[in-house]
Amino acid sequence: MKLTPLFSSVRQLEGEIDLYLDHVLEAGLVFSRALEAYVRRGVDEDFARYIEAITRVEEEGDGLRREIETKMTFHTLIPELREDVLSLIEQVDQVTNRYEESVYAFYVQRPALGPVGEGVLELARAAVTTAEEMVKAARAFFKDLHAVRDHVKKVQFYESEADKVATRIGRELFESELELAQKLHLQQFIDRIDDIADTSEDICDELSILVIKRLV
Amino acid sequence: MEAWAWLFLTGGLFLGWSLGGNDGANIFGTAVGTRMVRFSTAAFIAGVFVTLGAVLSGAGTAGNLGKLGQVGTLLGAFLIAVAAAYAVYLMNLRGLPVSTSQTIVGAIFGWNVFAARPLDLAAFGNFLGAWVVTPFLAAAIAALLYLPIRALLRRVRLHLLTLDLLSRYALIAAGAFGAYSLGANNIANVVGVFMPLSGQIFRPIALPGGFVLEPERQLLFLGGLAIAVGIYSSYRVMMTVGRDLARLNPLAAWVVVVAQSLVLLFFASQSFARFVASLGLPPPPLVPVSSSQAVVGAVVGLGLLIPGSRVEWRLFGRVAMGWVLAPATAALLSLVALYVSQNVFNLPVLP
Repeated sequence: MKLTPLFSSVRQLEGEIDLYLDHVLEAGLVFSRALEAYVRRGVDEDFARYIEAITRVEEEGDGLRREIETKMTFHTLIPELREDVLSLIEQVDQVTNRYEESVYAFYVQRPALGPVGEGVLELARAAVTTAEEMVKAARAFFKDLHAVRDHVKKVQFYESEADKVATRIGRELFESELELAQKLHLQQFIDRIDDIADTSEDICDELSILVIKRLV
Repeated sequence: MEAWAWLFLTGGLFLGWSLGGNDGANIFGTAVGTRMVRFSTAAFIAGVFVTLGAVLSGAGTAGNLGKLGQVGTLLGAFLIAVAAAYAVYLMNLRGLPVSTSQTIVGAIFGWNVFAARPLDLAAFGNFLGAWVVTPFLAAAIAALLYLPIRALLRRVRLHLLTLDLLSRYALIAAGAFGAYSLGANNIANVVGVFMPLSGQIFRPIALPGGFVLEPERQLLFLGGLAIAVGIYSSYRVMMTVGRDLARLNPLAAWVVVVAQSLVLLFFASQSFARFVASLGLPPPPLVPVSSSQAVVGAVVGLGLLIPGSRVEWRLFGRVAMGWVLAPATAALLSLVALYVSQNVFNLPVLP
């Protein structure tokens, strides 16, 4: 067994994990742009382009994830580490899925946002910031375990900010003159976006445990 | 070799088998316990290196143990080995981290009492000193290794997957080194009492190229094989010890194996002893010491360094208890066995 090919295949795997995390970031950026387009102009050509873009990013991310999972399954890694990394990748994938589901929900259901339009944008920015910080924490898990804690702390802060925004616009929504059915409909969208921040925080909770297990 | 000689040698080989079964876990436990290395691979590497260590570097400790007892008959050597093996078994029942090194010396002490030989106090002092020093030396080496390597790893910030790959190969290399040290140091327990009698068991074998395989080397080789066979039957012990050691982080687990191996080699290497003597310093005594107690020492040493670790001082207490109980039990058993053989069965054990 030669060492050099083994090291090069590990390097390749490391590159793929980095690339996969890039896709999560890209999905967040597309999600932000798509929501902004929807709030400002509804479903127009721009929004349709964002739908295509997020579908492509999600599919590419899925392809990468499967490749990483296959390589890790056959790779000569410490089994415990392999299980931890696979579980982390699976969880991070949920964030990309939530981005895509949200954009599609706007496209399919086309809710009239009324008084909460700006609030939804504010919530989306908070959720994306939380998820971006989670991606930094995930990268740090692979390259600098001691830095994970700092990112996790920020994720906790941003998630709490997102919760506050969600609560505030929820109250504004139910204090408005809209029909109850419309209020409940819009609340689903608020919950859906807030869920992106919640999922990011859950991933960071898991990351903190993984770090304790490995800290040298 | 005569058939009866084989029979007597089985006492030592049995001890070798039980030693391999117990101590093989200390060197490859982490790698196998964490499923990084298949048991069969670990057992093969350990088997090869333990035999190499025994043959190439085992003469020093084995010779010194042989000199300690000067047992003149094969039956005497057989009874001493069996008494030591049984004492190990009894101590294991009590869950003490017992050492074959200590039981065999205890059994030889029993022989000295039985044969009314004057005790070589200086030699016994060397053995006792080495036992006490072993865990402390392992603790010091572990701490000295751990701190700079941890600082280096923090500085270079390897990707987790690269670090994982390195850990895997480092643990395999440490395991091979550990097996070599175990063979070099602990072979004395297996064949030490037979060393002065090796000429009665084996004939020199002429090898191509003018080399001659002396009886001592043949004995060391056979003892090494017995330990290797023991390692092959140590799967369960390896998994248990591995899970305990794996609670440490991979670096700490590696440091424990290396520190243990360095201590065993420190008390086994004739070259190192000569080097120390050439510097005008007192060389370390070449005596068999306990690999399990070296592991306990290294783990406690790291426990003092790693924040949040619980130091098992009780384990250290049990080690100290083993220093007294194991040789005392073996001495008593050996004395009784020699007495019964000579006076009840009329089988002479004195030369």
